[in-house]
Parts: sequence; structure tokens; C-alpha cells
Amino acid sequence: MPAPVLDVERLTVTYRDGADTHVAVRDVSFRLTAQKTALIGESGSGKTSLGRALVGLLPSGAAWTAERMVLGEIDLLRLSAEQWRRLRGRRVGMILQDPRHSLNPGMRIGRQLAEARSVHFPLDRRSRRSFVFDALESVRIRDPERVARQYPHQVSGGMGQRVMIAMALAAEPELLIADEPTSAIDAELRREILSLLDVLVRERSLRILMISHDLGLVAHFCQRALVMKDGELREDCASEDLAQSSDPYVRTLIAAAPRLPSAPPDLAAADVGGPRP
Amino acid sequence: MIDVSGLSVIFGRGQRRIEAVSDVSFAVPPGGGLALVGESGSGKSTVLRCLAGLEHAASGHLSLGGERLGARRTHAQRRMVQMVFQDPFGSLHPRHTVDVALRQAAAALGLADREACVRRAMDMARVPAALRFRFPHEISGGQRQRVALARALVGSPQVLLLDEPTSALDLTTQHGLLEQLSEFRRDEGLTYLLVTHDLAIAPILCDRIAIMQAGRIVDEMTCASLADREPTHPYAARLFRLARETELARPTTPGIRMEGQVAR
Repeated sequence: MPAPVLDVERLTVTYRDGADTHVAVRDVSFRLTAQKTALIGESGSGKTSLGRALVGLLPSGAAWTAERMVLGEIDLLRLSAEQWRRLRGRRVGMILQDPRHSLNPGMRIGRQLAEARSVHFPLDRRSRRSFVFDALESVRIRDPERVARQYPHQVSGGMGQRVMIAMALAAEPELLIADEPTSAIDAELRREILSLLDVLVRERSLRILMISHDLGLVAHFCQRALVMKDGELREDCASEDLAQSSDPYVRTLIAAAPRLPSAPPDLAAADVGGPRP
Repeated sequence: MIDVSGLSVIFGRGQRRIEAVSDVSFAVPPGGGLALVGESGSGKSTVLRCLAGLEHAASGHLSLGGERLGARRTHAQRRMVQMVFQDPFGSLHPRHTVDVALRQAAAALGLADREACVRRAMDMARVPAALRFRFPHEISGGQRQRVALARALVGSPQVLLLDEPTSALDLTTQHGLLEQLSEFRRDEGLTYLLVTHDLAIAPILCDRIAIMQAGRIVDEMTCASLADREPTHPYAARLFRLARETELARPTTPGIRMEGQVAR
């Protein structure tokens, strides 16, 4: 069964700081229908605020409104704090950028994984053990017994990121929001993590929203691309159509991506508008 | 300008002994640019830090401008080479204004006319004068990296050691800074040693690329040769393939769709 669609209409997120208000996301509407969608934006574009709004994890100073925000049959606009808590992890999972900051440093990896599961499903001692091993094996960790006993600081960055993915998937969510999941790791590892996500997306009929500033990467990994700038959605298209975008900002962004020469590098050809300081 | 021969660097001892750099040799002529490219742990940053005087070589020779570098460096040698780090938040003192950071750099190098040097460096790195009395947290990431660049330029160095200088920046900001750095090398005759994991920025700043793996240089090529041949070493070829895989098509003119029927 395909995962349910996420449908968002006119989502606005505002931060209030004393008398100042800052609109981080302005009237953004989209439907998540593809299995893999990229949400692309530079710093300050509002992409992280948007991602957090989708899991009900905006900071306390933020206010959000939408005309419609529906995940499958659930109306996200009407959820109480308690209902959000039951939804998070179970229906929508989240992976964050740096495993070193998002895993509990004082808890063994196996126990953290089991906890992520037991919040939503009953887990006795025996099923707990087999769950932890299966979860670690599903993210291609070859020695689950050893890793389960380790603390987060004892594993490498790539291994930590796998553990994060296993945790995000522990309660079998239908939608996975990945906020810059590969920006802390190098090219070889990045490819491994992406192909792992690819397999998991297919095996579990999962939808993924990948938030990133790395245009080339997500455009190749994802089928659809959303591009944000200053809180507004500037493009919503199939990834392969990004290069034909008519939006000037999207064109600037694509032109600014450095490329290996197939001909000698030609910076002058890339037209990056705006004043330079 | 830069001459490195047989450089080895060892960290730890006994069972924890790691040879981070093994027998690395290369030379960069005045005004040239060499990019050391490799994955994390390949030893590329360690080579850079040796030249900056931040790590000690276990064996091998380093020379700058034809002068052999000893364990202690002279003022002139320290002025000759400056480093730009990846993260300007980490490399600028959070409680020093731009002004203090730049004047301290001038003082540390024992420069005579400090004010003139600071102004010139800010000018070159295109740091707006209005930012001079701001703190690092009050300016944007791109501006912070420009300040870090200005700090490196205060003593008019001949060599810049660039450690992932733009990888913390947004694409459009990165583009502006890369363009400017490439102008510097061309117009001011600066010599660059760049460390990066992003192959695509290497040809913008340098004319040669050395691929490092497990502490050694495994392949070396000129950027001009990239257009017509792939690197020979399997690991280097793999890095290029990975980089090309995620490369985006250049923007094209949007197609014009015309509605209606063609008359037969």
C-alpha cells in the first residue's frame, strides 16, 4: 500500500521576538506525492521551519497557521499536544543532521533504539533484543551485538547516522523527514547513506522529504524538488526539470553550483545576480 | 614557492601510532595553485597544518620561497604564509570585533603601518567598512569568511593555505567568494594550497589537483587535462565519478510552449 499523501495549503510560520515578528514561511502550499521529495533552500530560507512545522516541533516562540494540513486521514490542524506526541515517530519520523548532537550521549545505542520503539509498541525483553538487532541490521550494521552495547561517541559519524535512521524508522512511520542527513559526512559515505535510504524507501513504501542545501545531491536522489527562498516556495517541479526552471532565483542557484570542467571552468558564464559586498 | 619533499607526520606512539601523512612530496611554483583532494582522514589537512606550522613533521623537508623551514620560524617566514580555515565562527574570537581581530593579526606579524594594512586587507577581501566594529555573531556567514580572509591578507602573504574555505557557505555566497579568490591568484600572484573534499571547486582556485588517500598522494593531474581525460588511479577515478554523478545540468532557457494546432 502506498504511503498516504501529505497535503499542505497556505502554511505560514511566524516567529515573534518582543515587538518584532519575522515570517519564516509564507503561504506555502504543496502536496507530497512522490516517494522522494527534496526541499532545497539556502540558510534563512525557512526550509527547517517548514520541516519542523510538519512534525509539530516548532520552538515556543513560533506561531503557525495553515488552511489545510493533512497526512493521509489525519488532520494535523486539529491535533492536541498529546496527539502530536503519539503521531511523531509512529507516523512521521525525523532524521537530523548530526548524530553526535541528536543521540543521547549517556545511553547505549541498543537502549535508545528500544526506547524509540517502546514508546509506540509493547516490547518485552525477548522481543526487545531481536528488535534492536533487526533494526541495526536493516541499516546495514554488520555487528549489531557490539554496536548495541556502544555509546554514541564510540561510533563513527557514518555509523551514528545509520543509528539515527534506524531510530527514526523504529516505529515504522510512513513519512520520513530528513533534515540535512548527509551534510556532516564525506562523498563516499554520503553515497552509502543515500543508497541505504533508497532501499528503505522502497522496502517500506515510505515517503521521504529530504531537506538540504546541496542542490546537486538531492536533485539526483529525489524525484521532485521544492525550492524555498525567504520563506516562499519558488519552485515545485520534477527534479530533472530544475535546469529549465523559469524562476530567476532557482536559475541563479543552479548556475552557482560549482562543476567539474568538461570544458575549462568559466565563472563569468554563471550569472549570479545581486550586489556583492 | 612551496616545496615539500618526503613529508611524514606521525600521531601517537606505541599501539596508537598512526602515520597520518606518509612520504608526501610536491611543489607549487609562485602564482600556482595545488588542490589536495581526498576523503576525511586522508591526511590532506595535516599537510596544510604542517606548512602553517601547526603540526610537526616526523621527517621530510618543507620550504617556502626557497627557504628551508626550521622548527622555529622567522617573522618573515610567518608573514609569507597565512591560513584560511573552514569555519570562520571557530577561527574568529567571538568577543573580538572585526577591528580587533584584524589589528591583532597586524600586531602579531610586527607590521609597521597597521591601520593601512588593515584597511588594505578589508578592501581586498571586500569587507564593508561598516562591519569593522561588529562582532562575528552580528554578521552573516559569508561576511565572516571574508573577515577571516582579510585577517589572512593583513600581512600581504605570498602563500594562502585554504582549508575548505567555502564549504560552510551557501551556494550563492560560495560562488562570490570563489570568484574573488580566483581573481586574487590571477591578479596578485598569490600561491594557493587548497584542501577540499569537493572536487568541483578545485579547478576554480587551482591549476593542479593531487588526490590523497590514506596519507599518500596517489594521483596528480593538471586541471586543464580534466576536460579530455579521466584520472588513471582507480581511487581518483572513483572520486571523479562520484562528483560527476551528483552534478547538475547547467540552467537552460525555459522552453516556450505554444498552444494551438498546426495547419496541415
